[in-house]
Amino acid sequence: MGRAKEKSGPLARRPDNSAFKQQRLPAWSPMLTANTVLPFFYLLSVVCMLLGVWLLLTVQSTQEKKLNYTKHGDCNLCFEMRQNVSNAGQTCSCKVEFSIDRTFKGDVFFYYGLKNFHQNLRRYMDSRDDEQTVGRIKNLKSPSVYCEPFQTVENEVPIAPCGAVANSMFNDSFTLTYHTAKGRDVPVPLLRKGLTWYTDKNIKFRNPKTDNLTLAQVFEGTRPPPFWQKPVYELDPHDPINNGFINEDLIVWMREAAFPNFKKLYGILNRADAPFTNGLPKGNYSIDISYNFPVQYFHGEKEVVLTTLTWFGGQNHFLPIAYLVTSSLILLMAVVLTVAWWKFGKDGKNMKD
Amino acid sequence: MLFVVLSSIPDTSKGSLKFKAQNRCDINAQNQVVFLIVEKERRVKANAREYNEKFLYANNHIKTSKYNIFTFLPINLFEQFQRVANAYFVVLLILQLIPEISSLSWFTTIVPLVLVLVITAVKDASDDYFRHKSDQQVNNRQSQVLIRGSLQKEKWMNVRVGDIIKLENNQFVAADILLLCSSEPYGLCYIETAELDGETNLKVRQALSVTSDLGDVSKLMDFDGEVVCEPPNNKLDKFTGTLHWKDNKYSLDNENMLLRGCILRNTEWCFGMVIFAGLQTKLMQNCGRTKFKRTSIDKLMNTLVLWIFAFLICMGVILAIGNTIWETCIGRKFELFLPRDDFQSSAVFSGFLTFWSYIIILNTVVPISLYVSVEVLRLGHSFFINWDRKMYHSQTDTSAEARTTTLNEELGQVEFLFSDKTGTLTQNVMVFSKCSITGRTYGTSDALTLKTACVDFSFNPLCDQGFKFYDCSLVEAVKREESAVQEFFRLLALCHTVMPEEKSEGKLEYQAQSPDEGALVTAARNFGFIFRARTPETITLCEMGRAVTYELLAILDFNNVRKRMSVIVRNPQGQIKLYCKGADTIVFDRLDPSSENLMYTTSEHLSEFAGEGLRTLALAYKDLSEEYYQVWKKKLHYASTVIENRDEQLAVLYEEIEQGMKLLGATAIEDKLQEGVPETIACLNLADIKIWVLTGDKLETAMNIGYSCNMLRDDMNEVFVISGLTQLEVQQQLRSAKELILGLSRVNSTGDVEKGDMFAEDSVFEEAIIAEYALVVNGHSLAHALEPQLEHTLLDLACLCKTVICCRVTPMQKAQVVELVRRHKRAVTLAVGDGANDVSMIKTAHIGVGISGQEGMQAVLASDYSFAQFRYLQRLLLVHGRWSYFRMCHFLAYFFYKNFAFTLVHFWYGFFCGFSAQIGLDTHYWTAVNHLFVWGSLIMYFAVLFAMQSDGLFGIFPSSFPFLGTARNCLSEKSVWLVILLTTVVCILPGLVVSFLRVDLFPTLTDKVRHLQQSSKKQGPKEQNLRRVRRTSSRRSAYAFSHQQGYGELITSGKNMRMSTLSSTVSLERPAQSSSWIENILKRKNEVSCISPERPDPPESHKDSRASADRLT
Repeated sequence: MGRAKEKSGPLARRPDNSAFKQQRLPAWSPMLTANTVLPFFYLLSVVCMLLGVWLLLTVQSTQEKKLNYTKHGDCNLCFEMRQNVSNAGQTCSCKVEFSIDRTFKGDVFFYYGLKNFHQNLRRYMDSRDDEQTVGRIKNLKSPSVYCEPFQTVENEVPIAPCGAVANSMFNDSFTLTYHTAKGRDVPVPLLRKGLTWYTDKNIKFRNPKTDNLTLAQVFEGTRPPPFWQKPVYELDPHDPINNGFINEDLIVWMREAAFPNFKKLYGILNRADAPFTNGLPKGNYSIDISYNFPVQYFHGEKEVVLTTLTWFGGQNHFLPIAYLVTSSLILLMAVVLTVAWWKFGKDGKNMKD
Repeated sequence: MLFVVLSSIPDTSKGSLKFKAQNRCDINAQNQVVFLIVEKERRVKANAREYNEKFLYANNHIKTSKYNIFTFLPINLFEQFQRVANAYFVVLLILQLIPEISSLSWFTTIVPLVLVLVITAVKDASDDYFRHKSDQQVNNRQSQVLIRGSLQKEKWMNVRVGDIIKLENNQFVAADILLLCSSEPYGLCYIETAELDGETNLKVRQALSVTSDLGDVSKLMDFDGEVVCEPPNNKLDKFTGTLHWKDNKYSLDNENMLLRGCILRNTEWCFGMVIFAGLQTKLMQNCGRTKFKRTSIDKLMNTLVLWIFAFLICMGVILAIGNTIWETCIGRKFELFLPRDDFQSSAVFSGFLTFWSYIIILNTVVPISLYVSVEVLRLGHSFFINWDRKMYHSQTDTSAEARTTTLNEELGQVEFLFSDKTGTLTQNVMVFSKCSITGRTYGTSDALTLKTACVDFSFNPLCDQGFKFYDCSLVEAVKREESAVQEFFRLLALCHTVMPEEKSEGKLEYQAQSPDEGALVTAARNFGFIFRARTPETITLCEMGRAVTYELLAILDFNNVRKRMSVIVRNPQGQIKLYCKGADTIVFDRLDPSSENLMYTTSEHLSEFAGEGLRTLALAYKDLSEEYYQVWKKKLHYASTVIENRDEQLAVLYEEIEQGMKLLGATAIEDKLQEGVPETIACLNLADIKIWVLTGDKLETAMNIGYSCNMLRDDMNEVFVISGLTQLEVQQQLRSAKELILGLSRVNSTGDVEKGDMFAEDSVFEEAIIAEYALVVNGHSLAHALEPQLEHTLLDLACLCKTVICCRVTPMQKAQVVELVRRHKRAVTLAVGDGANDVSMIKTAHIGVGISGQEGMQAVLASDYSFAQFRYLQRLLLVHGRWSYFRMCHFLAYFFYKNFAFTLVHFWYGFFCGFSAQIGLDTHYWTAVNHLFVWGSLIMYFAVLFAMQSDGLFGIFPSSFPFLGTARNCLSEKSVWLVILLTTVVCILPGLVVSFLRVDLFPTLTDKVRHLQQSSKKQGPKEQNLRRVRRTSSRRSAYAFSHQQGYGELITSGKNMRMSTLSSTVSLERPAQSSSWIENILKRKNEVSCISPERPDPPESHKDSRASADRLT
């Protein structure tokens, strides 16, 4: 109303004649008549149906292989061994064999999965220091109290990366081998990079500024989390750049899963060389597992998942089925409405006074 | 999570308004309370400040502001934290500061909390600043106070009780003062009390005769009277006290008092002694605190919020129990990865902590933030009301104003409408619109069609420019000097009690006791019979340019029983004539048989006039012989000196002389309704809003307006008039009226209703009654009817009637009637009025509406909505009220839905995350911001989501904004969009189905109308018939003047004639060629002013003045 002051004359206080102030803005409030509603329902039903069928077909075309290796075959030995905490330092490896009947076409993704592991507990999720993992020197030396009891080890030596999340990092490793029909063993090449979100790799996780120091020197004066066998700057022996806080496995683990049963990306099939240019050929495979992560304490299970993806994600039957169900419900409702309209409201006698 | 409680708007917004007089209503109550307890009786001594000071009476300083600079912060914060919402969030904040509990970071609460506190504080501060300013303005007004023997200018706030102050013409009275003396004879003075009671006519106040000659400073200096009177109270029309002076006691009443808020008129100066000052004045005492008005939606919301809070506690308990179980069964095994702190070792304790954590997380389900959003929404609606051009009145340049922002949706729920009459339904402007002279009517029947030219009065230099008449033949008749027409206007110019005021040459102004009298005299003036001046025994007219002086022999004054008034005059030719005007039925009974034919014609005309809703008056005259008059005069003189039954004897004498009169004609005055009033009332009636008219006016006038507003109609089955004087009478009248209605409708309906519980029975019948009734209640009957044992009967009867009119009601009774309906009917009431006498009713009703643009601002200041015209009520109620209600309901539904959807996600997620109070979705930012910016919440959501999860913020606070990149990466997933699409479809469909079925099978009226509109749009525009509200009544208005008896006596006694020194000096300097009649008048005037200052009885006064006149000439 401040503008009113600028005006003068006999009609100084007359309100503006704008569409907004006079509440004359165009509005659309449809009249729900049978002519519009019933066709809309049928149309919607058809659209949902088509979408559902399409999604279903797409999902059907994906392939997936799940292997629960918790106590599978000779992994059972490792399972038993891990039951005793005192054996934590010993290595244990086992092998899981499987075969696939049809070629996995296109990009193939290799996941590890955990069941019954609660990454979503509040205290667990809080037990990390994002300021440390973003590379702040101050927090490297004195981590946040939220990391308790994985903040420091004896003599106040800080842990890097601190907290329960990092401490419990999944540390099984896998090697996939393809056994050709000719009996030759071909190692399946897996890309261990590009597994993370861009934002995580480049913004959320940074190594502390090195200033011509090696990573090891930067992390001097810190300790790795108690459950780790090697320090954070030696996580990837093959690629020196993939070490420290920006190690992809660490980043993947640090993005906590929302549910107790989850799978996390381990690698992507490298299709540069034959015979994997089209994906994973059918045949026999084996996975060599370095079995380190104990799950028996919380009645958990471990698995690996090999899968191809569709344009809308992994093998997910929920969406197509939900669409189909919705479609049929709409159809049902449309029929009910039609009957109701035909019986009671068709001649518009309700509209008459 | 935002919780501005903008509900402070209603009381504060009123404070910030400019106010006209010193009438501030939100006063600090504490001061009064102290005094009410202490003071039993007030003793005030004039000119003795030291003496009065020991009683610690309030001085004239008023304070309506709440804070000063130092107290602002603590008091304001204290007030703000008294609000539930703010307190709730402080508790949440404290909970969040405990790390073991905190499930959300603390700033999600503190940022909005601080924001809200700051906004509210700034608003309060600015309101209080304006209050300070207006207080200052009032307190610094100048008044003249008698201090140490001289008049000194003092600010109002420095005026003390016991001071003697001088007031001048057109000044506001500074405090409640006892009138001591004035410039007018007999210590009379005139005041306008529009600010107090809304009446615009002048009122007379008179000083005690012992003090009335103190009119000079030295005498006043020595005045040391002591007043002992009642303690401060709020009764405007009562005052009792005694003046002790010179060992005598004089009793004081309201007639001696000038109250704060009055304006001195027609009185050059007066002196008075301050009795009550500042906050103890009757005006300020009357104002009281503005009641805090709440809508029914608010109440509903409060209950809902309580239930939801209980629901929240339930959820918290369930989750806490879940947590305990989970910790015992599963969590224990997870200790390898997540060791417990020592104090968490007990699962039960963990559950206890979880309970509080969930209280924090799920706080959004308790829609405290709802209050904020609702206030914002209402504020928006208020702006729409302010902006509405259809409620803007261009003549007065006033737009509608929503002064309270919290009541908008209640407007759509109004069931009872209480309206004032004068100034609200009517313009309080009387217009001489028609007349019938010796069987011929003048004046067009439809003045609204402006085709007929307005009569040109240019021949008359003294005409009133504002007067309009639409029939030229009447002027021509006057110019032709038709004797009947001339006699007609002569009568109008002579027979009245109007006082003329000639401020400068040719600029006449009339001070009429009632607007209808003014209208008649003005009409005569414009038709060439100008009422120029009056003295106690003469009336000077300017008849077609010639000055004619009539000797005024007697005024037979008006009263309720007589319903007529007459004057007896002797014209310059020496003939004695009696002129009479009055209610037609009364006058017709007293006519000479020779007028019989004329009477029939005139009667027809009168019916015609009445049919148009005009107020009619019959005029008659009679020639008297000198002998007859002398005899009658002697009788009159005798009668007026007897002590017993004087009034009756006088009435008999009046009756005797007012016989055998000759009919002249009739006048018709239009009591101008405000524009569009009948249409509005008809429209509101269609909306089933019951309209009650509460007026201080007379029964006849009120009913007349009822008829012209179409509230009363001839085709109504019955109009009950309750006018009993005793409680028993009133009870009987009410009972019989009710029985009549119920009896009739029992015949109409099945008739098998047993006489059972009265109320149950009524509710049945209220629906069943087809017949239309109206109820008219008189003020004194209303007083009885409002007593506890009768009020139910009254209410039942009133609700059975279509129209209710209460007349002669006091402001307090208005409020009582409203209160009665409020209490027993559980309906939303709305009161509309324009004057100060409506303030109490406006404050009592759920919604008060003030008509602005007129003189007094009292009603507007107390109101919740104000606009210039009654007809805007239609738009306010039926458009804005309805829209507000709809929008509010839709909003509430959406809000609850949204909150539940939001919060239940966390509840659901609790089952997956071990009940550890981890949030599954990052929703709290939305909640925080959403509450401030209700509009565009989705856009805001995404904007804020991206902002909160942006690189920049993360760079600054990595640990506070851990959700970096989530939005980007999630929203690029196609399956997310597929899910969104599916959810939308699933969510919308059921609603669509239901509303389609509803529209198709059970359409509401609105649907039908819209259907009709659509189909008619297809068929092309059709011509619509404008509904014409036209009354076909043949009811004759029993017109009576709306003023009181007694002015005739005042005139003939000459008490109210003023000494006009100004005009006498002018007359001396006037050139000789100026017309002789003016000198004549002035001479007369001067003579009159020489009347001895005593107060003799009227007949003696005549003699005396004549003697003194003789002496002078």
